Amino acid sequence: MAEALLDVRGVTVRFGGVVALDNVSFEVEQGQILGLIGPNGAGKTTLFNCLSRLYQPSEGEILFEGRSVLATPRHLIADMGIGRTFQNVALFDRLTVLENVMVGRHSKTDSSFFANALRLPAVVAEQKAARDRAMELIEFMDLGSFVHWPAGGLPFPIRKRVELARALAAQPKLLLLDEPAAGLNHEEVATLESQIRRVRDVQGVTVLLVEHHMSLVMSVSDKVVTVNFGRKIAEGTPDEVRRHPEVIAAYLGTAA
Amino acid sequence: MAAIDNSWATKGGLGWIATTFWVLLAVGPLAGFFTQDPSFEYYMFMGQSMLINTIAILGLNLLIGFNGQISLGHSAFFAIGAYTTAILMNFAGWPYYATIPVAAIICFGAGFLFGFPALKLEGHYLALATFTLAIAVPQLLKYKAIAGWTGGVGGLILDKPDAPEFTRLGTDQYLYYLCLILAMLSFWIVRNMLRGRSGRAMMAIRDHAMAAGTMGIDTAKYKTLTFGVSAGITGVGGALSAITVAYVAPDSFTLQLAVSFLVGLVVGGIASLPGCLVGGAFIVLIQNSSQSISDWMKVTFSLRYDVPAWAIYGILLILLMYFMPRGIMGGIETLWLKLTHRKETQA
Repeated sequence: MAEALLDVRGVTVRFGGVVALDNVSFEVEQGQILGLIGPNGAGKTTLFNCLSRLYQPSEGEILFEGRSVLATPRHLIADMGIGRTFQNVALFDRLTVLENVMVGRHSKTDSSFFANALRLPAVVAEQKAARDRAMELIEFMDLGSFVHWPAGGLPFPIRKRVELARALAAQPKLLLLDEPAAGLNHEEVATLESQIRRVRDVQGVTVLLVEHHMSLVMSVSDKVVTVNFGRKIAEGTPDEVRRHPEVIAAYLGTAA
Repeated sequence: MAAIDNSWATKGGLGWIATTFWVLLAVGPLAGFFTQDPSFEYYMFMGQSMLINTIAILGLNLLIGFNGQISLGHSAFFAIGAYTTAILMNFAGWPYYATIPVAAIICFGAGFLFGFPALKLEGHYLALATFTLAIAVPQLLKYKAIAGWTGGVGGLILDKPDAPEFTRLGTDQYLYYLCLILAMLSFWIVRNMLRGRSGRAMMAIRDHAMAAGTMGIDTAKYKTLTFGVSAGITGVGGALSAITVAYVAPDSFTLQLAVSFLVGLVVGGIASLPGCLVGGAFIVLIQNSSQSISDWMKVTFSLRYDVPAWAIYGILLILLMYFMPRGIMGGIETLWLKLTHRKETQA
């Protein structure tokens, strides 16, 4: 069997006495869309924050393409090929939509402070390439009419699309989406679903999706992992997980 | 209310205002060839002072306006720049122009190093830490052990450079142009940075440091480098002040100077580049005009005592902040948007 793109092994995170994640393991295969579900407070976002090095697990290992994520500094995670969006949308509010997406290119560009200060020809070329790429993604996410708007003033659903475009700008191999459907209406969720599929099918990006919107998760995911109280309780195809007794208990409560 | 955006300040939009400023600054002193006004040299000196303050504010703006770090201690970097120039001119016999890049580099180094402890501090805590710089530096300059170099309490007196003969300019006219050229160079560098990858990284850190890190920005590196560049630019202002005043003394670089840079920055408009010019002019003009208003009030209202000029300064500041909370350039932008009925800040 081919090596998994992402290999989460026995990750445990404690905040004081609280165990946010308890020995969680799973793998994400190249090209998969993996849905990570679980009730509020189950530890889904905590896991994302370990992947982007915002939290340090007390135990366990995370391998990405065989390299240790936990041994990599935060600012090099994007360079490894892991991109993400945030549950509460973390945009650069005073920058325009275009500038936000161009910041997403940071890890794919390398002009120095000094070269920038003198605006050497290489910087001008890099800038143009970054801008062109950003404009493509802005079109892809259907944000064309907001290009020069400061991100801070935009409505929430638009902000979510900007964030997704920004994450794609780094051409990630693995994209972590933290509740992308939250706050979206029915129609917007349908658009999101097709965008997630296109990201995987057209751009070849593997997707790890945390989501509460069950019909979205179940229809878009190849595999679903369920966590509850920090522990993995089920893993399998959407159909398998849907029928899993512990998952039903976690979402609907147990009879006794 | 127009959305807060800084793109108008760095490019396009109201760019013609900045262009007008620069053209006026460049042609204004030529009046010296036609006028017999005995105050002309004094006006030129005020112009130098405005431009020097502008450069210092530009440095501070890069840090505060575009990177979201605060400094109440930029008087310290201004002092280091001034003393670097003074010491090199006085003891090493360097020509004034050769000292300016050295002052910039030394201040860059000092700012870069100070950027490391600053990484651990944010907001009010960083304000306090930088405040100590402003407090400590004048006393350090008086410190007996180094008084041989700094001149101690008395400071150092320098020779004012003459204008090269081919320029046919008066000394103060010439020094004005020296300040103008360095101001333009500083603006050019800052503007280049802001338009490119580095500037976007700086601004991303200001707006959301955690997200910036996730985008692959080495936040520690960019914050320390920005602190360095900011201090370096302000240091150029300091070097020019030593050259144009031909004198440095510890008490010229107190906390009050640091605060006046901050006032200039806020009055001009945080995160606005033309705002630095407005702020630099404001610092110089307001102190003179507070005094004139005080004198005028005494005469007009036949008052027995002088009206305190600093109280007038305070009232002017409060009024300004009340009517233009985003500074003068911010106010102009808001007005411009109202007049043109544009919904977007720029297209």
